[in-house]
Amino acid sequence: MRLGSGAFAASCVAIEVLGVAIFLRGFFPAPVRSSSRTEHRAEPPAPEPAAGAHSNWTKLPPPLFNKVVIVLIDALRDDFVFGSKGVKYMPYTSYLVEKGASHSFVAEAKPPTVTMPRIKALMTGSLPGFVDVIRNLNSPALLEDSVIRQAKAAGKRVIFYGDETWVKLFPKHFVEYDGTTSFFVSDYTEVDDNVTRHLDTVLKRGDWDMLILHYLGLDHIGHISGPNSPLIGRKLSEMDSILMKIHTSLLSKERETLSPSLLVLCGDHGMSETGSHGASSTEEVSTPLILISSSFERRPGDIRHPKRVQQTDLAATLAIGLGLPIPKDSVGSLLFPVVEGKPVREQLRFLHLNTVQLSKLLQENMPSYEKDPGFEQFKMAERLHGNWVKLHLEENRSDVLLSLGTKVLRQYLGALKTLSLSLSTQVAQYDIYSMAVGTVVVLEVLTLLLLSTPQALCRGADLEVPLRSPVFSLLFYLVFLVLSAIHVIVCTSATSSCYLCSLPWPVAGGLMVLVSALLCAIVSTLTRTVIESTLLRKNAALPSSRWSEMDLLLMLGTAGHVLSLGASSFVEEEHQTWYFLVNTLCLALSQETCRSCFPGDDSKPQHSVHMLQDSAVYRAPILHRAGHTSPSSEALGGHTRWAILASPWLVLACCRLLRSLNQTGVQGAHRPDLGLWLTSSDHKVELSGLAALSLLVIFLLVQRGCSLVSRAALALGLLGVFCYRAAIGNVLFPWQPGNKGFSKGIIEARFVYVFVLGILFTGTKDLLKSQVIAADFKIKTVGLWEIYSGLVLLAALLLRPHNLPVLAFSLLIQTVMTKFIWKPLRHDAAEITVMHYWFGQAFFYFQGNSNNIATIDISAGFVGLDTYMEIPATFLTVFGTYVGPVLWASHLAHFLSSEASSGPALSRACFCYALICSVPVATYLILVTSLRYHLFIWSVFSPKLLYEGMHLLITAALCALFTAADQNSRAGPIQRWTLEMGGS
Amino acid sequence: MKDTDIKRLLYAHLLCIFSIILSIFIPSVFLENFSILETHLMWLCICSVFVTAVNLVLYLVVKPNISSKRNSLSHKVTRILKCCIYFLMSCFSFHVIFVLYGAPLIELVLETFSFAVLLSTFTTVPCLCLLGPNIKAWLRVFSRNGVTSIWENSLQITTISSFVGAWLGAFPIPLDWERPWQVWPISCTLGATFGYVAGLVISPLWIYWNRKQLTYKNN
Repeated sequence: MRLGSGAFAASCVAIEVLGVAIFLRGFFPAPVRSSSRTEHRAEPPAPEPAAGAHSNWTKLPPPLFNKVVIVLIDALRDDFVFGSKGVKYMPYTSYLVEKGASHSFVAEAKPPTVTMPRIKALMTGSLPGFVDVIRNLNSPALLEDSVIRQAKAAGKRVIFYGDETWVKLFPKHFVEYDGTTSFFVSDYTEVDDNVTRHLDTVLKRGDWDMLILHYLGLDHIGHISGPNSPLIGRKLSEMDSILMKIHTSLLSKERETLSPSLLVLCGDHGMSETGSHGASSTEEVSTPLILISSSFERRPGDIRHPKRVQQTDLAATLAIGLGLPIPKDSVGSLLFPVVEGKPVREQLRFLHLNTVQLSKLLQENMPSYEKDPGFEQFKMAERLHGNWVKLHLEENRSDVLLSLGTKVLRQYLGALKTLSLSLSTQVAQYDIYSMAVGTVVVLEVLTLLLLSTPQALCRGADLEVPLRSPVFSLLFYLVFLVLSAIHVIVCTSATSSCYLCSLPWPVAGGLMVLVSALLCAIVSTLTRTVIESTLLRKNAALPSSRWSEMDLLLMLGTAGHVLSLGASSFVEEEHQTWYFLVNTLCLALSQETCRSCFPGDDSKPQHSVHMLQDSAVYRAPILHRAGHTSPSSEALGGHTRWAILASPWLVLACCRLLRSLNQTGVQGAHRPDLGLWLTSSDHKVELSGLAALSLLVIFLLVQRGCSLVSRAALALGLLGVFCYRAAIGNVLFPWQPGNKGFSKGIIEARFVYVFVLGILFTGTKDLLKSQVIAADFKIKTVGLWEIYSGLVLLAALLLRPHNLPVLAFSLLIQTVMTKFIWKPLRHDAAEITVMHYWFGQAFFYFQGNSNNIATIDISAGFVGLDTYMEIPATFLTVFGTYVGPVLWASHLAHFLSSEASSGPALSRACFCYALICSVPVATYLILVTSLRYHLFIWSVFSPKLLYEGMHLLITAALCALFTAADQNSRAGPIQRWTLEMGGS
Repeated sequence: MKDTDIKRLLYAHLLCIFSIILSIFIPSVFLENFSILETHLMWLCICSVFVTAVNLVLYLVVKPNISSKRNSLSHKVTRILKCCIYFLMSCFSFHVIFVLYGAPLIELVLETFSFAVLLSTFTTVPCLCLLGPNIKAWLRVFSRNGVTSIWENSLQITTISSFVGAWLGAFPIPLDWERPWQVWPISCTLGATFGYVAGLVISPLWIYWNRKQLTYKNN
């Protein structure tokens, strides 16, 4: 079968996406779960162990607390309470922490430090898998066992006010609730007033057992202005007064009922120095956890430093405190100080319950649980406990009892710690089989791509894809049989869960067919290449291909970037790699421009002849690099010559400006940048001016290639973008300086969407028209430019106003490079593709993205939507994140097709683009597999893996676009065929 | 004749390397707590001065090119002035390039500039000594086939290796090893120095190795 290299590359990338999807499914492990979670009947609690003697204490111990109030403050960092800010702004809480009847801890949140997984961790005690972040936006109801489920089952009345996520996680669990959405991050007073307004009545009523309050304001302030803003202090004082109100009311209630109640103050995650969260820096994972109750005894002068505990410990503690069974999936251990005041027998009973639950979880999740040290400790402790109970029932002497009791206690605490630890590490169980299959698919495709490179980049840019021969070859069936056998063996002997084994067998069989077919294709391509090369060596017809310095730089840069992905710091600071590479590229270009503008230094007749032969026979014939120096420089006028000389430096200066617009990465993220300055509320005027200017520049740069209609549409659309930003309060109109109430800007955004769709539609229409009227490439060029300008308009709508200069500069650089570098210097299609790819990557980071989940701008997904709709929101967010690569790739498509003699350049570019995108992905899969026990695997490498997977998906879409645009650039296959026949 | 030339080149280069080594050890005799990393600025200045001095001495002693026929005083003065201006210009343009590469604009200006001075001493000063303030000659030497003597050939190699060394020196900056030499611009200056030294060592060897193939137009 004969395929164009573009179509071939597109299908290869599509198969790679499949491989990466399988890999991801295996890589992100299912969290530790109790297998008995499907049946929700209450199991009888574990009875007290008694060696020989008869203990009649089989029921759950009575609750320690009558009422529980949980005050969860979003993004409450530990130093907001325990640090100097706490002393200054939260005097009452600090007093309680230092002198009152309370226990305070620093609870460590596990990354991802995003609200929904943290709520899950607090209430279920389990460690949510990394995949939960992706579902954070659209949280489905929680299926696992949780404190709230247990409370409901026990007939307790739970009331909730605060973040809507809870209502989604626990539908029908609250007798009364009022969810506030965190839709508008810019609002930080109303979200909290919505919670506080219920407080007075609810505290007075007292007809509840558990009250949960989730305050969002602090997190919003953090997102707007960071942890050092003066707003933080005000918010903390507000929270302090709320805490005081609740505490005094609880104390007065306690006086009536004489049973203690518990007040819990905690945060779900911290806040980094820029005010965001999601990663695993110390500021983001440290949250305060304060338990306040009159039943906690405290001698005066007893100063305790907050101990470090895990966030998951709260679930077990709450369950014990309320007299409920501990949630089945909880991996936390009881916070022992809470039960310290109780009699020893009760203490032991609580610890026993917790250890039994943990060891049960361990048994279900670990095949060789008996060898686990925690389990051994638990068995030992249980035996000692039995002895103790026996002695206790026999009413033995108290000092023996006491010493044995403390020994048992210590044993239990040790067992709890070890069990909790080994369960937490259990989360990192990988499904190696699926990962291996995914990697094999991706690697096979990559090998196929690499092997067919010479063929795909040659004259016709189409290649023979060996499809039929492998299907009928013996090798194919042999490999297929072997793979099926391996599949059966692996699946029958697997101990842990495996995704591929759980697939129905036709699907798995199809996968095996794919793997073996790819293998056969590789083998046949390889043999053909070898035969051809030996033939060539005999004939010695082709001169060996020589590489220019630019080729060398592009190759080495790409290889260096791929290798750098193995180091966690280089993944965190990947933007530095790209900026460095782009700068070096610009310097190399400036050297090249110097050479072409000052001829005579570089006149090497024999070499340029050589190059001529080269490109005529082997490389791109369309853009003759050959002897580019002499003809181009003679044709250059004085002005253009200087423009050509200056343009790389202009690009360098633009890149430097953009670099200081958004500081990104980990080391540089806290540094002040222009973006932060612009977004602060004092500089709204400057921001408005800049946004307007950028929109103007965008219009001027984009309109030149459009037809009249789409030019008008573009102008109106860009105007609409400004109106939208003004409506939601980001920028100001000059005639309306005072800001009134903000709307969601639905109408304005939809107004822009209409124009985006209109321009895209016109572009597609032109493309289709050019397909019908063959060989009219002008219409096609206009069509591609219109598609490109539609995407620019959409990007202008989605990007935050301070990022509009990024878009403007990107268009400026594209224009300058096209006019003064690529056209006069006549670069090869492959070189231009790689340069576009590099710039696309650099712009991905210029925009403020990083390899961290926290920097994704989710607000792009809500532009013009009044409720959350999954598909459009996801699409918009993805597009908003990958604006840089998408725009540069679509510019590439337009640029290559606008070259009059383009021929198969587009298809060749598509091939190069697919190759250069799949090399990092394939390498990264291997790197991540080998680094899967690295310390930073969850915080650094897995987010990058998700980014890479998404990037590959986008590449697949772009390659499909390239191929579609390319279909008509050929004057119909039959026509070309006849031409070729005639030629030969 | 060629072998003696190569020998002279080797001795000259050894002298340059020696000057760099001296710049590491001599100051610690006179100055208390001098170390390359902690008093980096000081070392940068001393190293630049030493290398410049050695280059000038070499230029005066060896005189690889018997250049100007006109030996009037005014001509010499303008020549020296021109050289100074060229040197300053190269320092400033290096500084600009570093800032474009992402060096901080305002903080650490002094460090950035001294790195620019150091890189200029490694690259521009030998060029000025050998070729004089003559842009045409520079362009000739650094284009592909314009080398006319082994001195120019070695100049090409040392200059390029200094640049490559400085370029490679930027790589460890983002790594989180928290080492003192990862701070801007220490790793780059060290990289440039290593590159320069490597160029000095490699170029005589390379020329010796390829002495059969190397034919120069003028010789």
